[in-house]
Amino acid sequence: MSIKRDSISVGVAVGAAGAAFGAVAVSSNFSVLQSCVLSLFLFSGASQFALVGILGGGGSPWSAIATGAFLGTRNGLYGIRMAGLLRNRGWRRVLAAHVTIDESTGMAIAQSNEAESRIAFWYTGFGVFFFWNLFTLLGALGAKAIGSSASWGLDVASPAIFVAVLWPRLKELKPKLTALVALSWALAVTHFLPVGVPILTTVIIAVFAGWN
Amino acid sequence: MSTQWWVVLSTSAAAFLLKYLGHLIPESWLEKPRVERITNYIPIVLLSGLIAMQTFTDKTRLVIDHRMAGIAVAIAAVIAKLPFPLVIIGAMATSAIVYRYG
Repeated sequence: MSIKRDSISVGVAVGAAGAAFGAVAVSSNFSVLQSCVLSLFLFSGASQFALVGILGGGGSPWSAIATGAFLGTRNGLYGIRMAGLLRNRGWRRVLAAHVTIDESTGMAIAQSNEAESRIAFWYTGFGVFFFWNLFTLLGALGAKAIGSSASWGLDVASPAIFVAVLWPRLKELKPKLTALVALSWALAVTHFLPVGVPILTTVIIAVFAGWN
Repeated sequence: MSTQWWVVLSTSAAAFLLKYLGHLIPESWLEKPRVERITNYIPIVLLSGLIAMQTFTDKTRLVIDHRMAGIAVAIAAVIAKLPFPLVIIGAMATSAIVYRYG
């Protein structure tokens, strides 16, 4: 069935970026085991990259936790939509919640009826989960072998992924301006706040932007 | 337990809780447009802040170095609608070359 095949293809394509995560995590002084635990249990690319970037860059534990968690709020929003579609109870709801991410929600919404949406959700969710974890392990082991992260460009893997994830969200003028304000603000206060905190303060800009 | 483990486990717990809460909350919550708008802007501002931090800062100092070249290539690649892996590999290769020879 082509929905299943498409869903698994998304899983492979997105999961492959797990290699970059494993490599970035290890070069930010996380162990291979910690990198794998993050992919298994945090399982949200942006949150994972933010966490290792902030802590690895000398940021406080609290700003790493708060930024990682805030980046997860959109998954909660997806969950509200997906719960109505999936109508799960008990442990199936726990599993569904864990794989409620950009890709599984996006593939579910793209289908034309509820039965197909449910297939797309589960296959994409677990497809990404499987390959993301597999590639995290490979990337982490690979990074242990190569050494310096700057000489392999690993220090831009994470912000480049953020650029690719952010870009499709900036189609209209207001999101574009909001992104620009947040970026400028984060740089402007860098010198005055502890590492990682400038990012967290941009949430205020989201509140202003979304108010009306 | 090390700071790293503590951060790894508590962020994982918080992120799962948010996902699970979403599955418990009635769909009528989404009818509050202000909540939805703000929630949509949160990843936009955080990702922008993260790009700024990871490209232009070193601890609490602003710096311009090889990473800027890499991110410039990433931005050019998304504008040119290149596929995701090319965006990342192009940025990494550029940054590595500028770091080595720049």
